[in-house]
Amino acid sequence: MGQITLENVTKSFGETQVIPPLDLDIQDGEFTVFVGPSGCGKSTLLRLIAGLEDITSGTIRIDGTDATDIPPAKRGLAMVFQSYALYPHMSVRKNIAFPMRMAGIDAAEQERRIEQAAAALNLTDYLDRRPGQLSGGQRQRVAIGRAIVREPAAFLFDEPLSNLDAALRVGMRLEISELHKRLATTMIYVTHDQVEAMTMADKIVVLRAGHIEQVGSPLELYRNPRNTFVAGFIGSPKMNLIEGEEAARNDAHTLGIRPEHIDVSATEGAWHGKVGVAEHLGSDTFFHVHETGLAETITVRAPGEVNFRHGDTIYMTPRSEQLHRFGADGLRIG
Amino acid sequence: MATKASRSAARVMMAPAVVLLLGWMLVPLIMTLWFSFRTYLPLRGGDQGWTGFDNYVRFVTSSSFWPAISTTLVLLIGVLAITIICGVLLAILLDQPMWGQGAVRILVIAPFFVMPTVSALVWKNMFMDPTNGLLAHLWRFFGADSVSWLSDVPMLSLIMIVSWQWLPFATLILLTAIQSLDGEQMEAAEMDGASVLSRFFYIALPHLSRAITIVILIQTIFLLAIFAEIFVTTGGAFGTRTLSYLIFQRVLESQNIGLGSAGGVYAIILANIVAIFLMRIVGKNLD
Repeated sequence: MGQITLENVTKSFGETQVIPPLDLDIQDGEFTVFVGPSGCGKSTLLRLIAGLEDITSGTIRIDGTDATDIPPAKRGLAMVFQSYALYPHMSVRKNIAFPMRMAGIDAAEQERRIEQAAAALNLTDYLDRRPGQLSGGQRQRVAIGRAIVREPAAFLFDEPLSNLDAALRVGMRLEISELHKRLATTMIYVTHDQVEAMTMADKIVVLRAGHIEQVGSPLELYRNPRNTFVAGFIGSPKMNLIEGEEAARNDAHTLGIRPEHIDVSATEGAWHGKVGVAEHLGSDTFFHVHETGLAETITVRAPGEVNFRHGDTIYMTPRSEQLHRFGADGLRIG
Repeated sequence: MATKASRSAARVMMAPAVVLLLGWMLVPLIMTLWFSFRTYLPLRGGDQGWTGFDNYVRFVTSSSFWPAISTTLVLLIGVLAITIICGVLLAILLDQPMWGQGAVRILVIAPFFVMPTVSALVWKNMFMDPTNGLLAHLWRFFGADSVSWLSDVPMLSLIMIVSWQWLPFATLILLTAIQSLDGEQMEAAEMDGASVLSRFFYIALPHLSRAITIVILIQTIFLLAIFAEIFVTTGGAFGTRTLSYLIFQRVLESQNIGLGSAGGVYAIILANIVAIFLMRIVGKNLD
């Protein structure tokens, strides 16, 4: 079981309040991702749940019991740190065994769980090595192994992939998602990378300056961003946000349209502009269009290989049903 | 960096330092070796020629040799134990954030700046004096008889004085080591259910092991040669005669340079054995 509830939780460091009163419900077995720009309080929030920081006021409940004053080790949560935080003087086996040794689990059971975790994480051949002799991805797996053997109520991940290179990151992302499906344990995952959030989460919590901007499934957030911040943060490339005349014509303060929801043409369309940089990915082509009279740059995504040269005039037509309208307060209209 | 020209330039520039250091080391070493094979009594006939290994045999078979060795080891182990145990604890204490941290750290390091002779005299006259010393006043305040430290518990007194001098050094090295301990490791251990003591023994202490080895190595080399503290406090009496003090007595008090030089060679051998032994341990820790 791993249901976590935050009620009116706040956190202040001295005079500065980093987490204003905040409520959040995380269901058992859910993969929840905290996402937001750096300094938005997502790591602090995770550390509050872990118990590594004391909350200033409010209540944290884990499976219904008040865990606010329970020390981190007794909360039944396991954490995977950004730096992996492996113990460098212990072998992989001893690293994984450490939490069980601290809990006084008998040796045979320890051995059984180590073998099981090592098999699940492809670490069997490395059990007698030191962390210093492993690659980044292997260290990451050892850190996860150390978390798994505790059989926790929930896993907490603090930007676990940010120290890995791009290719490994994609691989580990899949492994962690696979692990979640297999264990069906609650996981809370902190990242600043919206791609990780979109691909892994059952539920995304978008944070800005300690505030929850929106909570929802990845597609909910993609389809119905509650405000311009979420609209700009979720989705890659970013949603185009257009203000001024064109927005006013659509009864909005800000008009949002995703790059993939604009059709391009060389001859006719609702908007036109000059092609700036074109990014050819093979499967898609991204154009950065200038001099549109709408916004400084409009990003457009065209499927496949479309040939426009730098400086060419390009015509763009937004799909009207995919337009997002936001009011002057930044909130979504309709 | 490694062109032919830069390498030869480097050699030329390093040469004076190397020559100076070699001369500095080799001349006294060779002179010591030379004298150790001669009968050389400055006040009783001067240099009287070769004696072979007589000096070496006499030095070892003298009744004061083994007591001197054991005194040296007792002093060494006592000081090492105190400085490392207290050094680790002090380093952890000083690592905690507190008001006036900078000032406190300088105060802790201060004893290291005091010359050995001065600190030994301060201890002898201000703290350990049986009638006027601070410790005597303290003992009397609690109604106890004052202790004449340097004659009743001479080794303990000596160990206290030397430890006081070397504690700052150990603390300093261990403090820098403890500051490099990854905070996330400690938090991970906390989440893993390790108590404060377990975190100390399983995480902090292994992390410090290399720094501790280095402290042992450096202190051992200096502690084997402790002299001033003994000279100004007990003058080698009450069983405080270490190997280096015995050599001093042979040379200056008995005016037997040959015998003293032979002792010096033994001291060199002893220091080297310890150094090789410790280098091995350090090497193992450096994996």
